[in-house]
Parts: sequence; C-alpha cells; structure tokens
Amino acid sequence: MDSMNPTERRFVRLGETERREIHVWIDGRSAPALEGDTLLVALLSNTGHLRHSEFSDGVRSGFCLMGACQDCWVRDEQGQRIRACSTPARDGMRILTCAQEAEWARLA
Amino acid sequence: MSSKQLAADVVIVGGGIVGAASAFFLRQRGLSVVLLERGLVGQQASGVNFGHVRRQGRFLPQLPLAHRSRDIWGRLPELIGHDAEFVVSGSIKVVYDEYGLAAIEQYAADARLWGLDLEILGKAEVRRRFPFFGPDVIGGSYSPNDGHANPRLAAPAFGRAARKAGATVLENCEVLDIHKDALDFHVTAKDGTTVTAPVALVCAGAWAGKFSAGFGESVPLVQRGPTMGVTEPVPYGIVPVVGVKSSNPADDMYFRQVKRGNIVFGGSVRNDAYLDERRAQPRPGNTLLQLPHLRRIAPALANLHVLRTWSGVESYFADDLPVMGPSRSVSGLYYAFGFCGHGFQTGPGVGDTMAELIDRGTTSIDLAPYSIRRFGATIGAPKANLATV
Amino acid sequence: MGQARIVIVGAGPSGVRAAEALVEHGIRPVVVDESRRDGGQIYRRQPEGFKRPYAKLYGTEADKAQALHRSFEQLRDRIEWRAETLAWHMEPHSLHVVQAGKAEVLPFDALIVCSGATDRLMPVPGWDLAGCYSLGAAQISLKSQACAIGQRVVFMGTGPLLYLVASQYVAAGAQVEAVLDTSASSHRLRALPRLAARPGVLLNGLKLVASLRMAGVRVMTGVTPVEIGGSPHRGVTGVRVRDGRGREHAFGCDAVGLGYHLRSEAQLADIAKCEFRFDAASRQWLPRIDEDGRSSVRGIYLAGDGVRLAGADGAEAAGRLAALACLADLGITRSEPEVAELRGTLQKMERFRQGLLQAFPWPHHAAAGLPDSTVVCRCEVVTAGELRTAVRDLGACEINRAKALCRVGMGRCQGRYCGHAAAEIVAHAAGIPVEQVGRIRGQGPVKPLPISALAVGGAN
Repeated sequence: MDSMNPTERRFVRLGETERREIHVWIDGRSAPALEGDTLLVALLSNTGHLRHSEFSDGVRSGFCLMGACQDCWVRDEQGQRIRACSTPARDGMRILTCAQEAEWARLA
Repeated sequence: MSSKQLAADVVIVGGGIVGAASAFFLRQRGLSVVLLERGLVGQQASGVNFGHVRRQGRFLPQLPLAHRSRDIWGRLPELIGHDAEFVVSGSIKVVYDEYGLAAIEQYAADARLWGLDLEILGKAEVRRRFPFFGPDVIGGSYSPNDGHANPRLAAPAFGRAARKAGATVLENCEVLDIHKDALDFHVTAKDGTTVTAPVALVCAGAWAGKFSAGFGESVPLVQRGPTMGVTEPVPYGIVPVVGVKSSNPADDMYFRQVKRGNIVFGGSVRNDAYLDERRAQPRPGNTLLQLPHLRRIAPALANLHVLRTWSGVESYFADDLPVMGPSRSVSGLYYAFGFCGHGFQTGPGVGDTMAELIDRGTTSIDLAPYSIRRFGATIGAPKANLATV
Repeated sequence: MGQARIVIVGAGPSGVRAAEALVEHGIRPVVVDESRRDGGQIYRRQPEGFKRPYAKLYGTEADKAQALHRSFEQLRDRIEWRAETLAWHMEPHSLHVVQAGKAEVLPFDALIVCSGATDRLMPVPGWDLAGCYSLGAAQISLKSQACAIGQRVVFMGTGPLLYLVASQYVAAGAQVEAVLDTSASSHRLRALPRLAARPGVLLNGLKLVASLRMAGVRVMTGVTPVEIGGSPHRGVTGVRVRDGRGREHAFGCDAVGLGYHLRSEAQLADIAKCEFRFDAASRQWLPRIDEDGRSSVRGIYLAGDGVRLAGADGAEAAGRLAALACLADLGITRSEPEVAELRGTLQKMERFRQGLLQAFPWPHHAAAGLPDSTVVCRCEVVTAGELRTAVRDLGACEINRAKALCRVGMGRCQGRYCGHAAAEIVAHAAGIPVEQVGRIRGQGPVKPLPISALAVGGAN
C-alpha cells in the first residue's frame, strides 16, 4: 500500500496570503493556515486528503466545495462532525483524518 | 403488457412479505400459485419497517409462530438463496425506571415458559457489556438469538424465490375485485388480468380491509405511519438491536446499526397514514421529537446526522394482534394481515403457516387469538389506542 | 390585518431579486440561506478580509456581481435575514429549518424557493479519487479561497463553465494542462442561431476559448473520457481520453475539474409535492411552473436554477417575476409592463438555454459505455455493474427501486451526483426510455440533520 507523504499538500494558494496566520491540528500535528480559510482549505493546504472512504480503499478530499456532495465531513478529536467546505477554519481546531475506530460510541 | 386469464390452486392478493413467503411455501408444497401485487413486491409496510427480527416482547402465545419464523430466518440462504442481510446480533430492551425493570423481569419469567430465554442485565452489567448506553439506562433484557435484517431486500427475495419455484408473481397488477361463485374465487385486476382459484389468501396489509368487507367481514383496521430515519455510516460498533421499555410510551425508541455502519431508527411517535398514498414521509416535527430520545439512550449518537427519513402504511388492530386464519363464512378464503407494526419477524413464519393451513387444512400454530371472528358482526369506530412495541 | 408571511429559500441571484421585489411592495420577507453570505454560487462572495477586486473575481460579470451584492446590502435591514440556516424539510405552510443546532419552524403564507443548482456529473472511472472535483468546486476554491485545486489541473466535461473556470485559473496563475470538452465543435456551430439570442454572452464565450489557446492550453473537443488515473491513497495522477478518431491522449495532472452543466436542486419542491415534468432537452426532471414561476402547489413559487437553468441573468429575472406573481396572488398590484418585460427576458434566456444544451449536450450515452467497475454512487461506492445487476437480476427498472435494492443514492448526498447517470444506466440496461425510469424522490432532510439539534419554539 502506498503511504501518504504527510506534507504533500493538495491545494495551491494563488494569492490572498496576507491574512493572519492560524494553526489547526491535523492528526495530532500542528499545521499553519490563514484566517478566512475554510476548514477544507486549511486541511488541504497541508495534506492531500480529508478522510478515508468508508466503502472503498482510499481517501477522499472533498468534491463540490459548496455543501452539496457531503464528501468533506471530517471529525474533530471530540468526535464532532464538521462539514469542512462550509465551516471556517478556527485557530486550535483539532481534526482527525485517519479512519475512525469502532469504539466511537463508547462513553468516556 | 397484455392481460392474462390465469388459473391456479391458490390466488394471493398482496405481495408483501406475507404474500411472497406464502407463495414460496405453497410452491414447496406443490400447489400452484398466482400472486397479484399492486405495486412492486415488498414496497409497503414490508419494505419500510424497522427490520427487527425479534421474538422478545411479543404477545406470549405468538411465540411459537415467532420461533417458527426465526428458524426460517436462520435458513434463508439455503431456502431462498438470499440472506436478506439477516444478522443474529442479539436484541436488548433497556429500561429507565422500576416500571420498566419490573416489566422486563416479568416478561422474561413468562417467556421462558414459551421457549424464549432472555438475560436480565442490571445497571453495571448492561454498561459493561454495552458501553455506549447513557447514564439513564438502568438495565435491560437481552435476547441473544434475535437480530435484524434488511426489510427492503427480504420480501423481494422471497418474491424472486417464489417465482423461481414456479409461482406466477404479477407486479403492477392492482386487484379491483374478488368474489366467489359456487366453486372458485374470481379475481379481476386493473389491467384485465383475471385469476380463478378454489382458494384465496388475502394479505394486502392496510388495504386488506376493503377485500374482507367485500366478503361481509369488515374489520376495524386502522393505518398509521412509522417515523423512520437513518444516519450516516459510522464504524460498526453497536451490535445489538436496541429498544426501550418505559412507563412513558414516547420513550420507546429503537435503533440498529447495520454492518455498513448506518444506524436505522424509529419509534416514539407515529404519523397519520393514508390508503391512497403509496409513499409517505413522517412529519418533520416527529423526527425532531425522536432526537433527544436517541441521545438519551446512546449519547454518542449526538455527533451523527440523519440522512433520510421515511414512513409508510402499517395497519393496526386495537388489540395489537393480526387477523390470521380462515374466513368466518367463506370456505377456501384465508386472511393474514394487520400485523400492527411487528409483522416483519413473523412474516416468513406466517407464510409457512398459511401454506400449511391451506395445504393440509390444519396447522400446528394456534390461530385462535387471530381469528377474524373476534370482530363479530358489530364494527365500531376503530380506537386509536395502539400499544407501541 | 397582519402582513402576509413570505419566506424565500436562497439568497443567490433569484432569491435576492425576489426579496427586492417584495420589499419594494412593502413586504418584509424572511430570507434563508445555508451559507454565511448572500450571493449564491456564481456570485459567491469571498470571505471578509480578502482583498481581490470584483474585476478579478468575476471578470465580465463584475458589474452584475457588484450590483447584486449592493442590492442585498441595501435590503438587509428590510428583510429578516437568516444566514447559515438550512431548510431541511417542510409541510404545508411550515418550513423546517435548523441554524446553529436549533431546529425551528418558519410559518409562511407563501414560499419562494430559489435553491439553485449543483454541477451535473457523468461518472468516469477514477472520478472518486482524491483530487477530482466538480467544475464548480474548482471555481469556488479560486473565487472564494484564492486556491487552485492542484498544481497541474485538467478540466473535463462540457458547457460554458468548463472554459470559464479554465480561463480563470490561467488568469490567476495556475497551471492548466488541458481543457477536454466532450461536445464536438460541430454542435456549437449548429447551436449558433439559438446562442445568438444573447450575443454578448456568445462573444464572451468565444473570447474565452481563444484566450485559452493563446495561453498555450491544450483544448480538445469531441472527446470521450476514458479514465481518471491515480491511486486510492495518493489521488489523481492523470487523465486519459479518446478523440473523435479513436486515438487516445493522456495528460498528467494532480487535479481534475469535472462537470457537465448543472443539475437543479429541487428537493424542497419535491417534498412540497410539486408536480415535475421531464425536460427532454436536458434529460432531467424539473418542477413544473407557469411562465411566472407558480408551481402546481398553491403558495409555492420556484425561481432560478432550482427550476429552470437559465443562468444568473435569467435567475435574477425569474426571482423578480416569481415575487411579482406572489404579490399578485396576494392581491397586491404590480406593474404589468414590467411583468411583460421580465417574461420576454426569460423567453430570450430560454432560447439561449436551448442553444447551450445543443452546443454542449449532456453525454447520456456515455453511461451505457461505463465499465462495470466504474463507481457511480460515490457515497455508497455502488458500481455500474452492481446497478446493472439490480436491473437484470433483481428486476429494478425504476430508479427508486434500484436505490432500495442496490443502495445507489442512499448516501450522504442523497443522489445529487449519481442520480442522473444511474437513471441512464438503468434505462440502458432495462431497454426503456430514461423518462420511464423516473427520478430519485426527494426526502427530508434535504441535507444531513444533526441528531444534536434542539427543537425550539414548537418545532414539533
């Protein structure tokens, strides 16, 4: 199985880079983003995927960017689900892109 | 499609799980069958229900029928070549209060005498075994050999198996009239198809009442729509089917996680249903009423989203029992309908039982509680006092 | 006597112009939109703090975008503006919404649904790989976030948006490897008489193609997509197509923008029990409306791309016209000459729309040729082969039956991106016209509803 280089970002910034820098956490690692980024852009400007596909081998990186395809739902470390393309990235968000465990429903 | 003039040993009106299973089992007994279904096999109550394959909680005298049916569920692949996604997941009915605890304990004691062994779990044990339950859950009754299946697949699978076994299964074939002359039943469909048979089985669910009324056997059947929903898929971690027994019927939710990960849920509140609607939605307000109940039973569900809701037309009698068995007055006429929202598990068993009854004139299942005679000659306005299950 | 309660769903071009018309006539409508800002998709606003001028964002449409946004800003205090509010369901005279986790009911005497459209997709092997986006997504990432979807982008599909987004990318400094149009240029020639209904738009389109070629971008027409190649964990690495002569061409890339025109968002209309009709020209089901936007259900009006794909200008006219129809039905007078003018505008838009469909047809025949292993339903990963099995072995000749038996359309997107192609596959496998296959029925919730939602104020 080919492994993902964690620093291989997918999206390319073409401008508007003079915004305040913020940091989000991706799978436990701090990653830089810019205020005004959607969570999707914050993630994909650092990595190549948002989540793992449930029913096939592989990863997903969003599709429609307009809140219609529902392919960009990610989860945070509390298990909350967030639609990445329609949610602004906020400083300190802690997102997990790895596959979720079966114990998700267990009470802490 | 040109209409046909058909004749068979048995004509079946209604292609839900009861009709499809009956057709299949009649063929196993060598009887020729024509089944007429207004839409597509399994589209109505058989296809929209929760999918619980459960014996726990049933009217105790119904347990022999439920056992018989459970045995068939376990043998589906060898019988009809399809497992309908049946999973022996276990089924647990949790409680919030002493009322519930007393009720499940009593039921467990009674059910043992009818051949159903249930485990009563206390507060610590229920949480140890099922760590997803919320703090309000104080115990539960666990039925290890109950489970769930996919209602969208089960009846169609029986229909295909019946066809493969030689039954004539006609879809998009609405029955307009059925009457009997001296010897035979004559069924006429909207597209001109006619069927002649010495035996007729009416299992048309919520629509069966109009056929029984045509034979002078009106029944106080009422229709209601379940409030169903399904979540996005999440990793498979909730194995048993979950239900609730509470002093407050509104608490009685149920949910099950399928192996693909979606969680199907229902309960608490029902909707009006209309006989002229083939597809129904639950009222959005009713879906909203369900959400806090889901969160109460399993708090982690609060993180999930509902993807889709649906309803349908289920039919009920006030005593929470179906009509099953021979007609009061017309020889050769049989009924099996009105399963009060809990006819999925018993469906295959009902089909097997009706086939036995039709073939041999008798069945080992005691049908006395389900006789259409119980509605007598006087039919009052149907009462809406419907027990949840 | 209280004022009529009018709710508008959608604050894009049609919704804003509908609101404007109502406000002019003394009504204070509720305007609901799932997004944080007004503008819809084509005039999507960049977030606060972004600095690009309108000319850079919207090109030839800059004036229209600015006018629309200004109009909304002027309306804002005279409407009840409900941003980040999802209309997830409805009943007669009750719109069910959820905002920030709170579910409530908005009662209405009249509802104007301006729900817009999404891209329309035809699957191709590999379209479910990471790095494949809709054309609209490629445009949104640029317009709204100043990002390209990848370092080397291929655009594939058909329609004017294909060329527009590609040229926007070139202008913004992104690397565009190729623009691959499934429509042969001969289609465009034949459509010229209809396209001439809007000469300005036609001219802009021609300029776009020319600018792409001048920038050295490979532009091909009349192609058949063969495959989007790549690996499940790294994503897209290239695209293969066949040209009109059957020769294969390959392009290396790390992102694809894929799209074939638009698909109306008509779920609310469906839930409201509006009648639908099959639009033969675009081969999709659309709600039935009269010329002013009245649906078959009293009190429900439909306008914009959610009902008639007539572009942004058409949406603005349609929104206003629908609001005026609503006002007339409430006994409030309106200017008949204006109505006549708007109707005339829409007729011109319709002629142009037919021209676009002729110039850039939906390649429905491609569905039949998709290999069995092609993923059709992205959400549930249902393949073309599984769909064909449902038709041939399980007797599913109607799309909702196919959905029940093989799960196509059961996923999170509820059939938005697979429904049309799935219907074409079912039609071909069953040997029946696609119209007979039907459409995936809209069911609530229109978009995923959080189980954490709290009902407020008698929502249930």
